[in-house]
Amino acid sequence: MTDTHFNTQSNAQFISPYSPNTDADRRLMLDAIGVGSADELFLDIPEGWRNPALDLPPPMAELDLRRYFGGLAAMNKTPGEYACFLGAGAYRHHIPAIVRQLTSRSEFMTAYTPYQPEISQGTLQTEFEFQTLCAQLTGMDVANAGMYDGSTSLAEAALMAARVTRRRRVAVLDTVSPAYISVLRTYTEAQGIAVDVVAADSMAADGVELGDDTACLVAQQPDFFGRVGDMERLAARAHGAGALFVAYTDAMAMALFKPPGEYGADIVASEGQALGVPPTFGGPYVGIFACKQDYIRQMPGRIVGRTVDTQGRTAYVLTLQTREQHIRRERATSNICTSVALIALMTTVYMAANGKRGMRRIADLTYQKAHYLASLIADIPGYSLAHNGAVFFQEFAARCPLPPAEINRRLLDYKIIGGLDISGQIDGAMLVCATEVNTREEIESFAAALAEIGGSQ
Amino acid sequence: MSTLNALQRRLTSDRRRLLMDRGAAGRLGVSLPESDVPPQAPPPGDMLRDELDFPEVSEGELVRYFSQISQLNFSIDHNFYPLGSCTMKYNPKVNDEVAGLPGFAEIHPHQPDDTVQGALRLMWELQRRLAEITGMAGCSLAPMAGADGEFAGMLVARAYHLERGDTHRRKVLIPDSAHGTNPATASMCGFDVITLPSDSDGNTDLEALRYSVGDDLAGLMITLPSTLGLFDSNILEVVRIVRDAGGIVYGDGANLNALLGRVKLGELGFDLMHSNLHKTFTQPHGGGGPGAGPIIVSERLLPYLPTPVVERNIGEDGEGRYSLQSPPKTIGRMGAFHGNFGALVRAYAYIATLGAEGVSNISRDAVINANYIMSGLKGHYDLPYDRSCMHEVVFSAHSLRRDCGVSALDVAKRLIDYGIHPPTMYFPLIVDEALMIEPTETESKETLDYFIEAMRAIAAEARTDPDALHNAPHDAPNTRLDEARAARRPDLRWRRDR
Repeated sequence: MTDTHFNTQSNAQFISPYSPNTDADRRLMLDAIGVGSADELFLDIPEGWRNPALDLPPPMAELDLRRYFGGLAAMNKTPGEYACFLGAGAYRHHIPAIVRQLTSRSEFMTAYTPYQPEISQGTLQTEFEFQTLCAQLTGMDVANAGMYDGSTSLAEAALMAARVTRRRRVAVLDTVSPAYISVLRTYTEAQGIAVDVVAADSMAADGVELGDDTACLVAQQPDFFGRVGDMERLAARAHGAGALFVAYTDAMAMALFKPPGEYGADIVASEGQALGVPPTFGGPYVGIFACKQDYIRQMPGRIVGRTVDTQGRTAYVLTLQTREQHIRRERATSNICTSVALIALMTTVYMAANGKRGMRRIADLTYQKAHYLASLIADIPGYSLAHNGAVFFQEFAARCPLPPAEINRRLLDYKIIGGLDISGQIDGAMLVCATEVNTREEIESFAAALAEIGGSQ
Repeated sequence: MSTLNALQRRLTSDRRRLLMDRGAAGRLGVSLPESDVPPQAPPPGDMLRDELDFPEVSEGELVRYFSQISQLNFSIDHNFYPLGSCTMKYNPKVNDEVAGLPGFAEIHPHQPDDTVQGALRLMWELQRRLAEITGMAGCSLAPMAGADGEFAGMLVARAYHLERGDTHRRKVLIPDSAHGTNPATASMCGFDVITLPSDSDGNTDLEALRYSVGDDLAGLMITLPSTLGLFDSNILEVVRIVRDAGGIVYGDGANLNALLGRVKLGELGFDLMHSNLHKTFTQPHGGGGPGAGPIIVSERLLPYLPTPVVERNIGEDGEGRYSLQSPPKTIGRMGAFHGNFGALVRAYAYIATLGAEGVSNISRDAVINANYIMSGLKGHYDLPYDRSCMHEVVFSAHSLRRDCGVSALDVAKRLIDYGIHPPTMYFPLIVDEALMIEPTETESKETLDYFIEAMRAIAAEARTDPDALHNAPHDAPNTRLDEARAARRPDLRWRRDR
């Protein structure tokens, strides 16, 4: 006996849950349009090129999709199952539950860019909050609504310095992250702006003069190797040469250490990821961009301002748009047209939830954990701190008795993801990071594993 | 005023109070952990900052604050967004769920390749899918937005010419209908921008094109379909002229939704394009990001792709090993890491859900929907290009403005009162009082019928009650804003003394 009811789903035409219209709907619509078939709407496409074969795997039902993606996710070793000591630009911190809960609200998540301020006050007000908190955190006058990530924020800061000073060279210390210097080159090279990588040691010893064609000096705090240095002195060197001082700072470190507004920075770039954004294999993140009031009309990116509506009520709006590409086209300050609003919102909720005392506490705990780990590693035979005596925040360079890549490979057997191999910069060194999420047990196990691996050579 | 009114007003204005003016000293929004390690020597006191002047608000207060202001937004989950060239389609929920899996969300970008094989395989498969859909040879997922993809793409074009010693190729042609990001991008890459006119049918003006190409030509940046919603019926000739002159043909993928399964830009002779994953492939817009803008290129441009790309090698065991690689003549890094991975997961989940048939049906339904709106509003608004459109249709409020003093802005703002997000306005620049409407494939016939009725009603109102339009929206959290004041006296942050 056959029951057609049970066979209706097999070999059926594919129905997308995301497209509501049925064949019957389409028939009515095509009649209204006055064509016999949908194909007639595509006749402007040259005939020989129309409707090419599309070689894609068959569609996956939600059940199968979950299984497939779950399988791919399970192939990754996650810092939940493994203790992880990686930093170098992306940091693991506890993310309060409300960050994900609030940013998952569809009113935020599925809204468009707030070009229509009357119906976008939720987004605009939170962006204004973001600008405020970034200005407070950096100690700067103003901040924009967000850049792609910290590295592009830094590159745009250098371009802005070139616009402000009308100079065509950028000096960057060699203690800035190599990845950020690479991004800086991507952004500046085509515009004919030269990047000079300057030895930080010589700069500190007054051994290098900045030329009168240098637009800015770029320094990182803490630097790529984790060290907190004398930025005031660097700012004075830049200003002495008529250049701007661009500081790339760690977002969490600013809760504990002097912020750039207190050491003479003109422009500040930072990575917002540490403030409530999961590492997500490198993105999406949000770049923080702050500067002195004088330069606001040279800023890249989206900026939200406070104003009133026709009834005199306070409201927020995208402003200073004459800097931007949709108005100024080839003369815009940048081609950027996102502020990574949702990620900026994550950091806003994070900063608000931790607040005055929480931010300080998390920064302090991070400092404590990293220093405890450093003290253990310094005591292991064969290992040493590359910068003994330096003040550092959450990460430090450790010299190892074996190639770092080899150590990292063997650490996996201990369920540990070790530090970043920086033997290209410092012979035999790895950059090790600990934050408040690393437990004492993890830290001690890591040190014990390093001792075992180091002793077994 | 009654007590009730006074209290209601207080409630409304309380909602808009900023974080720094909320809460009270000593409140906390999350429980804080204690240290479990022996106390460490603190940093020198002169390196520390004084206190951090930050909010002090409890968790419940924060949740209520953000939840309440969220409701001042329109969003795709609540409203129809016929927003031209923005492809505001429905954002599938399962995509968010899979992107949030700990195996994706918690992995660190510096983890060794061996420990992130699932993530790399996903990226490799997405590179392949995007190349297949566009008829290109390869792809880098590194660019973090559409404009970032344009930037990467034009740097690739530049690197290609320089590698061949063509230092004189500095001129980039851009049609007058292009998005502002195109000329801004070309400038950022050091090119000189030449604007190309459109002809009376909305196609590229071939005469002007022939006149503009020469041995100083770097390339053409073209959006297909154009921002007029039209597929340039001369496209093969356009591509031939540019390529014969030694130029690169760049496709702005903003309107890829119209082309899925209908035509592959790579097969038409395009050299490279970017794809806005937050438009065509449903990464939620997030109120203005994050997006993702992979670039997809032909064979000859593969060596210049931005770093990284994911490569697969088949081992002796027959298993694929995936790794992050830097192409031999790469233009370099676009960002600190590997692109907006979270957006890549969502885009891939979307493609995997639909398969070939589902992907091709997107363009079919998107184009039917746009043409249905065209037929429904023809006669009520001016239609500058009266021919079949692709995924979007551009009307003009020119006659309404002339006859009733009602502008495209007024029409758009009035739509808010009907519960619909305004269409794109005053763009493309070549259409006077433009209203650019893109319904996408995810809207039902019923929604489109409602929209058509609303737009017709507004056109009628323009004649009978133009003030209702000038002062719209009436039924929104705010009336129109004083944007001039915002720009004249920039007030960009909270201040204690205000």
